[in-house]
Amino acid sequence: MNLSYLLDPAHWDLADGSIPRLILSHLWYVLLALLIGTAIALPVGLWIGHTGRGSFLAINAGNAGRSLPTLGLLMLMVTLLGLGLAPVLIALTVLVIPPVLTSAYAGIRTLDHRVVDAAKGVGMRPWQVLTKVELPMALPVLMSGFRSATLQVVATATVAAAVGLNGLGRLLIDGLAVNDYSRVLAGAIVVAVLAVVLDLVFALAQRWVVSPGLTERSSK
Amino acid sequence: MITFDDVVKVYPGGGTAVDHLSLELPTGRTTVLVGPSGCGKTTSLRMINRMISPTSGRVLIDGQDVAGEDEALLRRRIGYVIQHAGLFPHRTVLDNVATVPMLLGRTRRQARTDALGLLERVGLSADFAKRYPAQLSGGQQQRVGVARALAADPPIMVMDEPFSAVDPIVREGLHREFLRLQQDLGKTIAMVTHDIDEAIKLGDVVAIFRQGGVLAQVGTPRELLEQPADEFVAEFVGRDRGLRSLSFDTAAGLPVRPVSEAPDLLLDDAGRPAGWRTGGGAAGTFTSADSLRLVTDLTITSPAGMAVRVGPDGKAEGVVSHHDIADHLVRRRETK
Ligand SMILES: Nc1ncnc2c1ncn2[C@@H]1O[C@H](COP(=O)(O)OP(=O)(O)OP(=O)(O)O)[C@@H](O)[C@H]1O
Ligand SMILES: [Mg+2]
Repeated sequence: MNLSYLLDPAHWDLADGSIPRLILSHLWYVLLALLIGTAIALPVGLWIGHTGRGSFLAINAGNAGRSLPTLGLLMLMVTLLGLGLAPVLIALTVLVIPPVLTSAYAGIRTLDHRVVDAAKGVGMRPWQVLTKVELPMALPVLMSGFRSATLQVVATATVAAAVGLNGLGRLLIDGLAVNDYSRVLAGAIVVAVLAVVLDLVFALAQRWVVSPGLTERSSK
Repeated sequence: MITFDDVVKVYPGGGTAVDHLSLELPTGRTTVLVGPSGCGKTTSLRMINRMISPTSGRVLIDGQDVAGEDEALLRRRIGYVIQHAGLFPHRTVLDNVATVPMLLGRTRRQARTDALGLLERVGLSADFAKRYPAQLSGGQQQRVGVARALAADPPIMVMDEPFSAVDPIVREGLHREFLRLQQDLGKTIAMVTHDIDEAIKLGDVVAIFRQGGVLAQVGTPRELLEQPADEFVAEFVGRDRGLRSLSFDTAAGLPVRPVSEAPDLLLDDAGRPAGWRTGGGAAGTFTSADSLRLVTDLTITSPAGMAVRVGPDGKAEGVVSHHDIADHLVRRRETK
């Protein structure tokens, strides 16, 4: 066990299979899964929050998501769809949906209904109420769901390597295959650092997009 | 003019909130809906801007049934002051006020410039513009709420307990500003309160509701104080309604005695009252334009039991005692 693989400059060039290239492909899977997952879960969560219909689903989605074995799901998808990007994205998207869905639902449910009433009262149309008042106010809760989804997907996207794709999982799987534990360690460290860095980036983004009127900073 | 035409509101499973209400709110005047908690004031108010639909009957604005109007467009031309302000916490004070003008399509820059002027109008300096609602006191939030409702210069305002969340001194100030603003603007205003004193002070017309959403009486404040329709109204306007109705009369018709009948009164060289020989303190003075209620109050608090009428130059013109006021009221009643 040592850091030799990680610190070897030869692994940091831009050749195929180098650490930077693996980071990029890893990020690519993460990004796609987040986009697709959010595109599905956000509207559904908002809709459930609004109508109250299917709230059972929204509340329990979180637990269901956590208990689903991603690797098992991935293998199932590969059997059904064959190798490629699609089965990986499906397996990762399934991870993204529960936290985003639950937080979108909670974000709408916990809104101060008097403020929403005021928005209607001053003459906003339903779409304007949603985009100008409800979403900006639910943003802190939404962002926390999105960030926890990100952390999970960054860690889990390593499974892509198990079905022949790239990503940082390559370091783990190839390292294990040739008993190169230094490579495995490098993979684990880079994944962890990537997760922390991404979370930091989103934390900064959150400070930027969430109105100061909603945060501790502005309250007396 | 806003007209309630035989309006009924029954909430599903909640009983009757408004019971066959017919009421006219005159244009350019303030009509105050007042009554005990749960008597249907808010429900009635919110039927004006269609936040609630009547179960039966119609609400008309200048003869047009509001049910036939586009909800959002209707609400944009009715300024709505919401109980406890209802400000948008994620928007600055300035952007809160600019909300409706921007919905109406004005540019952000124009709306913000106008909003600054409005803040000043309701007594908030430009320093508040960049703050968020959470950084304001309750009274300041209510001012912003009023400014937001005024921003698009709507001909109609509906106000739900706009001055309830503040202490009596701040409320007093807000009342003064309200009366000053309304004198300038002449909006058609429907205001809800459960405070009868506020209703009498601010309303041109006051509508008193009783439990079950029934209109008990509607009239000018003076009519309600002097001729309450029944026990409920008499009780609601208060046991001291007699004294309070004195605020509607000036001292112009009140005869005074010559100053020589008050030997205790000290005058300075210019003939202005300087105090009382015994008991000390300044002499309570009034002019013919002051209300009878004030004069009564002065005679009660004066050590000599008398108040002094002064002319425009401040010179003492005569004195009255509480007996004189009592006699005056008796005579006034007899001639009525
Ligand atoms: N959404 C609702 N569903 C069922 N009942 C309701 C609803 N809103 C109000 N009510 C009932 O209708 C009645 C009138 O309510 P409203 O809010 O108009 O009273 P109010 O006069 O404004 O009272 P307050 O002075 O306490 O604000 C009350 O008995 C209330 O419980
Ligand atoms: Mg109410």
